[in-house]
Amino acid sequence: MEAFTTHTGRAVPLRRSNVDTDQIIPAHWLKKVTRDGFEDGLFEAWRKDASFVLNQPERQGATVLVAGPDFGTGSSREHAVWALQNYGFKAVISSRFADIFRGNSLKNGLLTVVLEQKIVDALMELAEKDPQAEITVDLVAREVRAEGVTASFELDENSRWRLLNGLDDISITLQNEADIAAYEAKRPVFKPQTIQI
Amino acid sequence: MGRTLAEKVWDDHVVRRAEGEPDLLFIDLHLLHEVTSPQAFDGLRKSGRKVRRLDLTIATEDHNTPTLDIDKPIADPVSRIQLETLRKNAADFGVRLHPLGDVEQGVVHVVGPQLGLTQPGTTVVCGDSHTSTHGAFGALAFGIGTSQVEHVLATQTLPMSRPKTMAITVNGELPDGVTAKDLILAIIAKIGTGGGQGYVLEYRGEAIEKLSMESRMTICNMSIEAGARAGMIAPDETTFAYLQGRPHAPEGADWDAAVEYWKTLRTDEDAEFDAEVVIDATELAPFVTWGTNPGQGAPLSASVPDPASYEDASERFAAEKALEYMGLEAGQPLRSIKVDTVFVGSCTNGRIEDLRAAAEIVKDRKVADGVRMLVVPGSARVGLQAVSEGLDVVFKDAGAEWRHAGCSMCLGMNPDQLAPGERSASTSNRNFEGRQGKGGRTHLVSPQVAAATAVLGHLASPADLSAADTRTPAGV
Repeated sequence: MEAFTTHTGRAVPLRRSNVDTDQIIPAHWLKKVTRDGFEDGLFEAWRKDASFVLNQPERQGATVLVAGPDFGTGSSREHAVWALQNYGFKAVISSRFADIFRGNSLKNGLLTVVLEQKIVDALMELAEKDPQAEITVDLVAREVRAEGVTASFELDENSRWRLLNGLDDISITLQNEADIAAYEAKRPVFKPQTIQI
Repeated sequence: MGRTLAEKVWDDHVVRRAEGEPDLLFIDLHLLHEVTSPQAFDGLRKSGRKVRRLDLTIATEDHNTPTLDIDKPIADPVSRIQLETLRKNAADFGVRLHPLGDVEQGVVHVVGPQLGLTQPGTTVVCGDSHTSTHGAFGALAFGIGTSQVEHVLATQTLPMSRPKTMAITVNGELPDGVTAKDLILAIIAKIGTGGGQGYVLEYRGEAIEKLSMESRMTICNMSIEAGARAGMIAPDETTFAYLQGRPHAPEGADWDAAVEYWKTLRTDEDAEFDAEVVIDATELAPFVTWGTNPGQGAPLSASVPDPASYEDASERFAAEKALEYMGLEAGQPLRSIKVDTVFVGSCTNGRIEDLRAAAEIVKDRKVADGVRMLVVPGSARVGLQAVSEGLDVVFKDAGAEWRHAGCSMCLGMNPDQLAPGERSASTSNRNFEGRQGKGGRTHLVSPQVAAATAVLGHLASPADLSAADTRTPAGV
């Protein structure tokens, strides 16, 4: 995973709640067997509308998405995270994220930042008013900074440590191989098996 | 202090616990399908890792599979590549796979329970959010992303932060004609699509205890639509009776030992939930959605709500957008909404009881002119059972299309899709914009409402059919 320390970029204000994963990346894109090449599928249906915020020339190259509450609801497709990253987003700010989407984002180095709705509203207004306004998402200081806004955010220490160092989860877990083997040795015999080994 | 069902199952699976770290949980059963696994197997190859526990892993093909002409090569080349990729990965790594055409193939969440692999007190994961279905057995079951799929393949564990617990207590009995689907849609409308975020839900109370296993699966299946990764129901005699004799259920002394353990999987009297919601089952009625998220629903007897009636600005805006997308007017009676397509199937309502319920309603009746009704069994086995009961004939006689098993129109990854502007009554789980096909409009309903809607051509319940006297006497 790519490490995330701090990022500064222009923002895209997406004033919608309940942005579900079918909107972020429609199902027909899920037939791909790679982790890249999803950028054109991001918000595919909405992008057909010329006035959609992502189509505005002044939003090109923006890297921070500011969205309404309950972002990423619905399916477990990690493709939603890959699509946002392939497009160029480094961070998403919302007052509430769906659990699975959030987990997926943090495992890929896309920082999802939870802020109070009134702060999200302030960032949304700033981004709508001034497309050139920059937002800094600082994971080291656990802080979001923009013109007129300084807000700290929560992220559990373990996730933060993994993100700051770009650590591979599987390697970390395998350091506890002995614990896994010990657990396996004492599992009840009545537990189901898919094949006999 | 006592513990909840979820806490008991969680505690029994902790491999490692350390201050300031998520718990490392052991995973008893890992289900795979073609869509969310290719990148995970790629990751294993790149790092030279193997599948740690092939005996706890099983794969099937469901999302992309066609429901017609399954003996012919798959027409869509991209779908074909994805299915071939799963077949290659399963062969290379030694994973048990039930491909298209196999008698055990089907929607992954129908296959696990019917094989008896889903058992009380187990942890079940799959790269699919409707893994919550398996919680109906008192399993802790949740959807995961592809990075986690790779993690489970490599380690058979997942680092997870302990969730909070929420009791959804459903008192009283469901009135006649009100199903598990109506109940879960009403629960989601009450707590909202984010209401369960961060929680494991435990459904309990008289109405839940009286439900069959298949109805319990319908309830737990849609936990994710309330934002909860997992939903659970304490195992009881209904659960044990369902499991006994299934291919992977324990036998003999193992069965006795298992049942003894399973009986301990109940929330203790003195346990405390972090939140509780109480529902009165006796007040419920057939329930349908009118909007573009599963929380935007109302009783069938109601009308499309006026967005202006919402106090919360964001909900008001969401309702406005939903009505615009759905092509509906505020105040329009839900029963007046005409549909083009009816879909019966999916991991929510594609099991044999669902097909029986729909068949009973369309028997000796006809699907309305201009309406297409698609019946897609949740698994090949469900399809065979339905055929042995003659349900396929009932559906075909009524003018419905009888198909092979798969996810089908629930998410339209195969050719079964809505055309732009087309409207469906669907027994599936998501009414998101474009979910069933670009520009398609979805109303989520029970199998009974789906069948009645197919006959009358507009959203309707079976009670409306008796009033309209639509049944043709046999032989006429």
